[in-house]
Amino acid sequence: MMTNKEMKLKSVYLRKNLLKYIYHAKAGHTGGSLSCVDTLNVLYNRVLNVDPNNFKNPNRDRYVQSKGHCVEALFVTLADRGFFPESDLETLCRYQSHYIGHPTKKVNGVEQNTGALGHGLPICVGEAIAAKLDNKSHRIFTLLGDGELPEGSNWEAFLSASHYKLDNLYAILDYNKQQITGDNKDVMNTDSVREKLETFGWAVKEVDGHNLEDLENALNNGPFEAGKPNFIIAHTIKGKGVSYMERNIKWHHGVPSPEQYELALSELNQAEALIE
Amino acid sequence: MELDKIEDKYLKMGEANQIVFSETLQALAETDKDIIAVTSDSRGSGKLVPFAQKYPKQIVEVGIAEQNLVGVAAGLASAGKKSFAVSPACFLSARALEQIKNDVCYSDNPVTLVGISAGVSYGALGTTHHSLHDFAALRAINNITIVAPADNFETEQAVKLAAKHDKPVYLRFGKKAMPFLSEENQTFQFGKGRVVKEGKDITLIATGETVYPAWLAAKRLEEDHNIKATVVSMHTVKPLDVKLLENLASNNSPIVTVEEHMINGGLGEACASHLFQKGFTNPFKIIGIPDEYTITGSQVEIFNHYGISEVGLYETCKTLLNLKI
Repeated sequence: MMTNKEMKLKSVYLRKNLLKYIYHAKAGHTGGSLSCVDTLNVLYNRVLNVDPNNFKNPNRDRYVQSKGHCVEALFVTLADRGFFPESDLETLCRYQSHYIGHPTKKVNGVEQNTGALGHGLPICVGEAIAAKLDNKSHRIFTLLGDGELPEGSNWEAFLSASHYKLDNLYAILDYNKQQITGDNKDVMNTDSVREKLETFGWAVKEVDGHNLEDLENALNNGPFEAGKPNFIIAHTIKGKGVSYMERNIKWHHGVPSPEQYELALSELNQAEALIE
Repeated sequence: MELDKIEDKYLKMGEANQIVFSETLQALAETDKDIIAVTSDSRGSGKLVPFAQKYPKQIVEVGIAEQNLVGVAAGLASAGKKSFAVSPACFLSARALEQIKNDVCYSDNPVTLVGISAGVSYGALGTTHHSLHDFAALRAINNITIVAPADNFETEQAVKLAAKHDKPVYLRFGKKAMPFLSEENQTFQFGKGRVVKEGKDITLIATGETVYPAWLAAKRLEEDHNIKATVVSMHTVKPLDVKLLENLASNNSPIVTVEEHMINGGLGEACASHLFQKGFTNPFKIIGIPDEYTITGSQVEIFNHYGISEVGLYETCKTLLNLKI
């Protein structure tokens, strides 16, 4: 088990890594990957019961990344946890590589092929119903982007998750409040997501999505209410960790120039040096 | 003769295929607790009310929400369940197309998608409720077997095979009672067309509920003109039985394909595409719904209007044979 300091160092390491592979692939969803790094770090290092060497263990916890475009954050986390050699990511987005721009089951550790938005949650509802039917105690997690919330399939799934009292289901919203066109509030307002989800019968918690202890407390202390599915609003910052990328929509899927890449690394190195 | 006035002197009458589907699924569920029916407020039309009463833990209701229906079925399949997602074919194959593509086929989750009241089964309810695009839409998706059984025998076999199949399957059923076709020496496999009548002069390749009018037309050709027709139930639209297709085409006799689907992207175009690329030049006619919104009427009236009927197919065959002569 890593110490809290090691966990913080891990987040910086994952950020540097995902930038490295995006930079080399000349492709990637930079801003949204940086915003969900801390959630993935906590999930894979403190929460999920998964074994890289026995990934298909039927009793494992499930994680489905519904916001599939931010696959770079997932890939570097899986590599770091030993699901595959990190050097594999040198092929990211290259001809015939398995490491494409969205999650695919060809990669060890990936549960479902995602990428089109609004797909993760319904699949997880099915997984959660199956776990209940089989009296299994494993948990089902999915990470939603706020930009994908307007997809109707999510709201269909929100209804059925509470209908079936799926308190083994955890939907985490990476709430960076921005999407490709701009701020959520200008594209499609998500301000009242908490009230909406509570009305839909979910138990909701809000956390600072960059505070590793808060994330862990929320994710490891469910169900929040017996018989209710769990919704975690993780307030995050798009582009988190690189000053010129933070809250700047142009980094939704921007690729840094060599100078920008060096600057990003130097900022992350400075942040790393300050971690206590 | 009308389709709904079946001549018992020829064939034994059965049930609607979707009733046989539900009965078969219920029989399977009795010994296999992993069988799960997922429905979108469609247990009534899917004939799953007795199933739900008998096995309440093996039915998941998602309400009228087809995207969620397919996503949930994918999740259940991913967790080891044998999930059957049951919904009217029109909505299942259109509204949830992306879920079929991504959550089921691309993710290789072995869901059985069950399209009920398919084709123009809903008759006068009109275009919103007709599924005349489902073959075309699903044929364009990788990793799915598309099956439209002709009769109760094929239906029962298809449901049993789907429950054992480890890949996605689409089953297409209608509301009309179907007669049993060719009851002796029957075998059924996905991807293998079933010859229900053998001949040498002309070939009718049909699928689903259109096999019966094709069979009747063949019978009449023989009685009136001593023309021997082969009739094939090409129940599996994908993967197509290309070996059988090439064998049928090899004597250069005319070929008529028949389907309860738009001509665009259906069985006929699939057969034509394969044969043409293989160098066959048989006289060829595709009978289906042309590129228009269907006329109002019952299934039988719509079939008659577009020549998907004993008389229509009989006339089509005669024309093709005359052209050949």
